[in-house]
Amino acid sequence: MVQSKKFTIGAFFKYLILVIGAIVALLPILVVFLGSFKSNNEFLTTSVLSLPKHLDFSNYKTAFVNGQMLIGFKNTLIIFVISMAGKLLLGSAFAYAVNRFDFKLKKTIMSLFMVAMLIPAITSQVATFQIINNMGLFNKIWSVIILNLGTDVISIYIFLQYLNEIPVSLDESAFLDGANYFQIFYKIILPNLKAPMVTILIISGVAIYNDFYNPFLYMPDSNLKVISTALFAFKGPYGTNWPVILAGVIIVILPILIVFLSLQKYIYNGVVGSVK
Amino acid sequence: MKESRFDYRKQKKLIVVLFTIIPIALLLVFSYYPLLKMIQYSLTDWDGFSPSSHFVGLQNYKTVFTNPTYFSVFRTSLYYFIATFFQLGLALLFATLLSFKVKFANFWKGILFFPYLLNGVAIGFIFLYFYKQNGTLDTVMNFIGLKGQIHLWLGDRSINNISLAFTSIWRYTGFNFLIFLGAIQSINPEVYEAAEMDGANRWAQFKYIIIPGIKEILFLNIILGVSGSLSVFDIPYIMTSGSNGTNTFVIQTIDTAFKYNKLGLASAMAIVLLAIVVVVTVIQRLATRERGAK
Repeated sequence: MVQSKKFTIGAFFKYLILVIGAIVALLPILVVFLGSFKSNNEFLTTSVLSLPKHLDFSNYKTAFVNGQMLIGFKNTLIIFVISMAGKLLLGSAFAYAVNRFDFKLKKTIMSLFMVAMLIPAITSQVATFQIINNMGLFNKIWSVIILNLGTDVISIYIFLQYLNEIPVSLDESAFLDGANYFQIFYKIILPNLKAPMVTILIISGVAIYNDFYNPFLYMPDSNLKVISTALFAFKGPYGTNWPVILAGVIIVILPILIVFLSLQKYIYNGVVGSVK
Repeated sequence: MKESRFDYRKQKKLIVVLFTIIPIALLLVFSYYPLLKMIQYSLTDWDGFSPSSHFVGLQNYKTVFTNPTYFSVFRTSLYYFIATFFQLGLALLFATLLSFKVKFANFWKGILFFPYLLNGVAIGFIFLYFYKQNGTLDTVMNFIGLKGQIHLWLGDRSINNISLAFTSIWRYTGFNFLIFLGAIQSINPEVYEAAEMDGANRWAQFKYIIIPGIKEILFLNIILGVSGSLSVFDIPYIMTSGSNGTNTFVIQTIDTAFKYNKLGLASAMAIVLLAIVVVVTVIQRLATRERGAK
């Protein structure tokens, strides 16, 4: 009797804590969603928690058109596609060479990659900026793409982990069948690296979509806005026009929400896997 | 036969060079070359664009450590550092709750994790709206009868760093939560069953099974929290631009370099921060290795 009563109290607190946690996590986003539908007048006269009177999408239109969000999405997409193709190709090839062959300086090279992970990227911007500038890449979309490729150590590690699990006997039998190393790479190794590729796509994909300071520092040109910098630009001209800003925020969040809802399991695995 | 083996040896050389040269070149150009350049700049008074600069020795480092404008901003990191512990505590609480039987487990998990995926600029605006006058927080506080406790959450110097640190907790708790949940779930379920049969209650299970089981990952997350709180940038930069005492060391560094054109000084600041982060990480590595050896 005592036992069961204790359990219900325990269960009550368990769910109470979860509900509070969920409210704290969701409420700040939910009010943004509500506010994004309100007209300016309605916004000023109603509470932030009140429901909008109509489902009016005009703020979304203003945000999308005047906020140049289409340019933002376009540039983000270009950066995403080229960076991801580069990361997957360079990372898998590098991991294959390191995992399957012995060569001079291999240990030194690997420790160079390890140590590089310690350097917080944001601090070296002071000098990286000069390098990008000297390469003539300032205010070019390639600046951000090359930085995405150049500072990516994690995907190499993820590939290396998986390569350990692909038996070398597969390579050997292909080798005996007369395949050369290049053929082994793209016929045997690459098809077996689909799982880490999905992980890297998600981890790096979210990071690229959310990247703010690289585009902010290296591509101030208004035609080179990405989604983060397009939203950041709302800070000036829309200073007090909250409904439009809120619509902009929802536009930026929506794609991530859709990706999250459809790929939840992969995202969890990817995030957990990237830490190990 | 002999010829074909030679052929393969050549092929191997080719593939090793071809497959590694680009990543190595990128690594050297974008990780190590900037490091060397920063050390070099930090010893000069270069402004970032003039063709010439003067060697000033360790003057810039002296400025970083003695001029309060530069070093005192480390104080702001303390707020984020303390917030890390709240963040880890909350993450552990939710991970523990969800590691036991719970209805709608995936639903709670998704909601708690989702903020981590959001764009930093979007989070900045969400919380500007949250903290603004008559915004979400004020409305909620009115509603629960705490009207007297309302502050200018981002303007009032006594509280604005706490508001920003809370934003950071909101953003990152989901990440730690997911890591902890993974660690807890990898503990063999038979251990719980045995404990339950021995009459261990939830608290005992938490103390004697969960905590020891995730000690390593907990420790790693604390260390990540230290370097994380030192390199806070986007939330305060987007929300307050570092005004009213919310400046962090990284904002100060970036501003010194690109706003005030003191590239030499900014490089010295970056090197100081890097040195601290490296020391913290090395301590962590040594500590984990020692534990592993035991």
